[in-house]
Amino acid sequence: MSTAVAMLGPRRALRVVEHNARAYLRMWPVFVSGFLEPAFYLFSIGIGVGELVGDLPGPGGSPISYKLFVAPAMLATSAMNGAVFDTTFNFFFHFKYAKTYDGMLATPLSVRDVARGELTWAMLRCGLYATAFLVTMWALDLTPSGWSVLALPAALLIGFGFGGVGMGLTTYMRSFVDFEYVTLAIVPLFLFSATFFPLSQYPAALEWVVRISPLYQGVALERALILGDMGPELLLHTAYLGAVGWFGLRVAGRRLGSLLQP
Amino acid sequence: MTDTAPVIHDRSAFDALAEAVPMLRVAEREARVWRRFWRTSALTSVLMPLLFLGAMGVGLGGLVDDNRSSVEGVDYLVFVAPGILAATAMQAAAGESLWPVMAGMKWIGTFHAAAATPVSPPDVFGGRLLWIAARHAMTASAFVVVAALLGAIPSPWGVLAVPAAVLTGQAFAAPLSAYAGGQDSDIPFPLIMRVGIVPMFLFSGTFFPVDQLPDWLEPVAWVSPLWHGVELCRGATTGSLGVASAAGHTAFLVGIVAGGCWWGARTFTARLAP
Repeated sequence: MSTAVAMLGPRRALRVVEHNARAYLRMWPVFVSGFLEPAFYLFSIGIGVGELVGDLPGPGGSPISYKLFVAPAMLATSAMNGAVFDTTFNFFFHFKYAKTYDGMLATPLSVRDVARGELTWAMLRCGLYATAFLVTMWALDLTPSGWSVLALPAALLIGFGFGGVGMGLTTYMRSFVDFEYVTLAIVPLFLFSATFFPLSQYPAALEWVVRISPLYQGVALERALILGDMGPELLLHTAYLGAVGWFGLRVAGRRLGSLLQP
Repeated sequence: MTDTAPVIHDRSAFDALAEAVPMLRVAEREARVWRRFWRTSALTSVLMPLLFLGAMGVGLGGLVDDNRSSVEGVDYLVFVAPGILAATAMQAAAGESLWPVMAGMKWIGTFHAAAATPVSPPDVFGGRLLWIAARHAMTASAFVVVAALLGAIPSPWGVLAVPAAVLTGQAFAAPLSAYAGGQDSDIPFPLIMRVGIVPMFLFSGTFFPVDQLPDWLEPVAWVSPLWHGVELCRGATTGSLGVASAAGHTAFLVGIVAGGCWWGARTFTARLAP
């Protein structure tokens, strides 16, 4: 029994995780540097622009610093980025060009094992980024509440939601040109999900559009946990993200079945 | 001779010009390819900076203006608009110079095909730069018009922000294309983006003045080509830049473009010359 089996157990989907881990070992700087972007945003917008913004009203009306407002949003964003990158660009490359999955299906792995394995890997990756980011936040004194510990499982849930949707949508992509649409979706989500300014800055009609955004759900969840602002609406955010991810995974599993085993 | 060459088209002014300047043929080729997918491409390149302007300038700017009346004497929207203009020119230039050059050299090999014609390797390099400049002129113009309508460009000198943004883009396109032309693998490219381009995007006076940086970091910002580009663009849109500083920033950027061209001619010749 190899060490990997000992560590990951005998489940087949985990073979896919092992494959990705081994592939990334050869280009670990690319993997590690994925953590940097949200951290740079925290330093630039959170701390740099934060000096221009001053304090914002926090939970219960007590003021919080702008960097404390932005940090949980960057945590949610880093989880989204980690999951989306692996389940769209990399997934498409493996699927269409590298033919990785054809190879995998020639083994006892099933299509559902492949989909589950890829999503597990994406979540693992975003869990690592989220951990690193949380430690950074803790070092900068940006984790005022004990509930912050739950920010990590929340990040995994965000990864599950976006990973599932990303993988589902990728099965409909025809070529890399279509990925312009992924960028066209991710950037507005990143900018307009109450990440850099609160819901109250939006016109009333747009407020509800923002609330529908899955990243907003993730940002609201992370922000409440980091600030210790617990309430029943957190269950709604959780259910929303879980449902979105589950639906995407279902679509991906079904579509991949017909695409890879015609 | 029984077999005469068919007349494909009449000689136009462009043909006459391209005979004297062969790199125009390379730019023409890029333009013809671009025509196949210009809608998505134009949508992304025009929309992205405008989304940033809406989020940062209008949304975040509302918070900044509530907190303090101005940044460097202007509204935050006016402050950040030229920053976004220059920074997106840099990002686009990097994206167009790294992977597409690798594709032309190695993955698809179009540069080798071009160099097999009377077009020389330095022409291949120069033609691509020319095309990147043309595209940046288009997207920067669109941005300046929309920003002006939003009230982000108080000075009529703002039209000069378009050439300033093009120059900023070239200051990245030239050295990065030259570098990519000499590489055999794209593995370092994401690192260049994440460790070079993204921090420059965020810390070159784009979103907040560089004098807010820690003292030891401020001199680092001065050598960032993007900082010079942002200062030029901001000087144009606010109409506040003196002739001497404008000349200084321009000279810095032109120097980088010149150095990049010299380097690019070398790497492209080494790779493409028969």
